[in-house]
Amino acid sequence: MTTDLRRITTPLTDDVTGSLTAGEKVLLSGFIHTARDAAHKRFIETLDAGGDLPFDIRGQIIYYCGPAPAPPGKVIGSCGPTTSSRMDVYAPRLIAMGLRGMIGKGKRSEGVKGALREFRAVYFGATGGAGALLARAVVAADVIAYEDLGPEAVVRLEVRDMPLFVINDVHGNDLYLEGIERYRK
Amino acid sequence: MREIHVDDIVSVVERLFIDANISLPEAMYGAIRDAIEKESSPVGKEVLRELLRNADTAREEHMPICQDTGLAVTFLEIGQDAHVVGGDLTEAVTEGVRRAYRNGYLRKSCCHPFSRKNTGDNTPPIIHTKIVPGDGMKITVLPKGGGSENYGEVRMLMPAEGKEGVKAFVLEMVRKGGPNPCPPITVGVGIGGNFETSALLSKEALMVPVGTRNDDEELAAMERELLEEINATGIGPQGYGGTVTALDVHIKMAPCHLASLPVAVNIQCHAHRIGEALL
Repeated sequence: MTTDLRRITTPLTDDVTGSLTAGEKVLLSGFIHTARDAAHKRFIETLDAGGDLPFDIRGQIIYYCGPAPAPPGKVIGSCGPTTSSRMDVYAPRLIAMGLRGMIGKGKRSEGVKGALREFRAVYFGATGGAGALLARAVVAADVIAYEDLGPEAVVRLEVRDMPLFVINDVHGNDLYLEGIERYRK
Repeated sequence: MREIHVDDIVSVVERLFIDANISLPEAMYGAIRDAIEKESSPVGKEVLRELLRNADTAREEHMPICQDTGLAVTFLEIGQDAHVVGGDLTEAVTEGVRRAYRNGYLRKSCCHPFSRKNTGDNTPPIIHTKIVPGDGMKITVLPKGGGSENYGEVRMLMPAEGKEGVKAFVLEMVRKGGPNPCPPITVGVGIGGNFETSALLSKEALMVPVGTRNDDEELAAMERELLEEINATGIGPQGYGGTVTALDVHIKMAPCHLASLPVAVNIQCHAHRIGEALL
């Protein structure tokens, strides 16, 4: 199946985000940044204090992930997604600043979904609990900020053919709502 | 009287947590394979195939199945004729956990509730002990991730709500979790006892092997009905829509107070990691 899938690369352009449809499986290549609870809290505190984020967020994708430590000889440990809803309070502000994609698992708030439509950004799902498989797609990993946060540090990942599903597209479609609707008995 | 040395407990706990986190039990492999047959949604089937590929990758690469290697839940069934020697039992389990999470490159996911500062070594473990007949010790480990644990709840129902009330509560929790606890899930239901007993029963229910029905006819029927109703919600694998939302439902029940009907629901993700050893 993987060979026939559409491939996309970072940074994401409006043309690419606009052409993705909820329910579609894609393979992502390029650079993405991990950030979860504590890193997001620090992003917002930094912005409130008038500072800059540790990386240029425009056109970028944030992956809600706190990887397991890399075993010897490996680039990264198991690295599946964490539940995205905990980042819902922070995400709209980052989307408004140019963030074009988020990777996680679980439903987003109406506020986030509205921001996706308004700023043409996309929410992708990585398969939760498939951390070993997702680690295979990571070819390089470098901690670029907040090393003191341990598994919650910001890591720049270079990924090749990372398997993702489009959950919320720029047109307002939502795989969670449509999928349940279709299969509910 | 038989002596069990703490050094043996340390090494067994270390090995169990590493193995459980890396190697998905055969029964869960089988359950996911069956789920691919039962699933109607093509997206759902693809997710389930990813889960099998992930389990294979974890074994081949000797990496954890999921990066959330959980809090270290440990059940000890201690024979009343066993004697632990050479040190402190709790410290032995703690040291085993510490070594497993360090030497196995497992993620440390334990932190202070308010400051969120990581304890650094995934301790303290959560230890449940039970005194049983015999002179041995059975150690069962259940590394439990946060995503699924967040959708657990204890509720004191009105006795008049009865069986239907219990079922409605379970379905409410499954719907509330939706995609977040990483379906296809396993659902543990603890009924009766008191507040804390119901919670512990729900966790013990998760340790019942997948596909096993309750000995009690009434509870077995309830498990079957709940499984069918949960799979009719349409949530499906990863919540992307589908006909396999749960792999199984297990109930444990105990007598309760005249005035109460305590019920606990504990949800486990598809990465249902478990291991046991006898000392």
